[in-house]
Amino acid sequence: MAADRTPSATARDIERVFRAEHGRLVATLIRRFGDIDLAEESVGDALVAAVQTWPGRGVPPNPGAWLTTTAANRAIDRIRRESTRDSRHREALAMAPTHHDPVAERAARAEEVGVIEDDRLRLIFTCCHPALAAEARVALTLRLLGGLTAAEIAQAFLVPEATMAQRLTRAKRKIKTAGIPYRVPQAADLPGRLAGVLAVLYLIFNEGYLSTSDRDPVRDDLCAEAIRLTRVIRSLLPEEPEVAGLLALMLLNQARRPARVAGGMLVTLDEQDRTAWDRSLIAEGHDLVRECLRRNRPGHYQLLAAINAVHTDARTAAATDWGQIVALYDQLRAAHPSPIVELNRAVAVAELDGPAVGLELIERLDLDGYHAWHVARADLLRRLDRPGEAADAYDRAVALTDNQAERAFLLGRRAELRDG
Amino acid sequence: MKQYMLSVHHESPDEVANFSDEDMQRMFKQVDEFNAKVREAGAWVFAGGLEGIESATVVDGRGSQAIITDGPFSETKEYLGGFWIIQAPDLDAAIEWARQGSAACEGRVEVRPFDQA
Repeated sequence: MAADRTPSATARDIERVFRAEHGRLVATLIRRFGDIDLAEESVGDALVAAVQTWPGRGVPPNPGAWLTTTAANRAIDRIRRESTRDSRHREALAMAPTHHDPVAERAARAEEVGVIEDDRLRLIFTCCHPALAAEARVALTLRLLGGLTAAEIAQAFLVPEATMAQRLTRAKRKIKTAGIPYRVPQAADLPGRLAGVLAVLYLIFNEGYLSTSDRDPVRDDLCAEAIRLTRVIRSLLPEEPEVAGLLALMLLNQARRPARVAGGMLVTLDEQDRTAWDRSLIAEGHDLVRECLRRNRPGHYQLLAAINAVHTDARTAAATDWGQIVALYDQLRAAHPSPIVELNRAVAVAELDGPAVGLELIERLDLDGYHAWHVARADLLRRLDRPGEAADAYDRAVALTDNQAERAFLLGRRAELRDG
Repeated sequence: MKQYMLSVHHESPDEVANFSDEDMQRMFKQVDEFNAKVREAGAWVFAGGLEGIESATVVDGRGSQAIITDGPFSETKEYLGGFWIIQAPDLDAAIEWARQGSAACEGRVEVRPFDQA
């Protein structure tokens, strides 16, 4: 048995625990020591210690507390080694529990349980601060809250590792030099800032979702990570309907994932094997949508989730309530108008009123650079028995996408056209 | 406490040239009120509006002979109109001042921290 081939069960257990705890650990240490780099490095030290001692003794009963205490001690060691005269660090030494004081350790654990949730909330609002560039917010959230390495994030977003590492370094430096505070925003600022956080999580989810390559498990992980982080936000802000809406949207999309790709080719919604959909995710998503309807504070993600719920509610494609979908798009375009919304609405209208009506709506839109517009147009032209124009549209769509599964689907459709 | 420069940027000299007397009076009043708030809050360090770019001179003293040129430093149309230097506990506080200052002087404001080292 090759010792270096498959990771041992224990190493996998440790990795799983660590990914689950990473955000909490970093968040707590940032609050205690006031320094992101120190927090990150100390958490890294704690992992090394865990990898060294847990295989022999097993995972401790409260791994989170073990890791927090270890990381805090490593942070103190680092501070002492660097013998900084910064008074903030001296105060931190006074605040942190000592190695062998059980009273102080118990107090620290109690304090942790009380503030842990707030710490992760502080961390995510900091990572998603509007003063940071959008791509920096995504990278920082995945690194600090998700525990992904710079290499993993780089792979997920198809940039060189050095670029991603630099992006992270610059973001952390800006937090320090510009003085981005480590706290949950004031009530007045919360809606806007929360929208920023949700946008980052949605970006992460879409990045993972749109990858249909099964040779790229890291990108699968992105969806799971986005869902996990959204669940964390939901547990911390249970009264915010847009958070519930975003979670529902992600779950309902994730539920359909198993049916989305077959034989390396994308399968459209109308042709998906609905028995392959994840029923428990759908049930959870529907519950969330119902909860949002009860709250009656509609919003962008809630509407998108509701639209998805109409799809996932239908036993077969033919049973889809397109009238309801168009009505929801009407609400969406009233509150959040955009050409993309118009496009998606037009696709739904085509199901209700026929492809000719849908095509007329689509052709009014200026979306020549957007591949989904060409895909929708191609499909409607195909259904209107205009194969020459449909072929051109399929060609344009193929040229505009790198996604292999999608290209396979589009080329397949093009090949089926009667030669026009 | 950190110090920040809040600098006001105008899109082009034409933008300011097109301001009527009414516009100018309104903005002066708004800025005066804003300045009073900043002072009252203890955030004031220094501030001032700059004379137009036609009054600017660029000096290059890097060589043996100083080179003096008429006009602003920047080749682009965008130029600096004035600035506030404030002290604030963190960026969020500075951003809030910048929001109000931007509304008062009806221009975009750049927030930049001073090198605290």
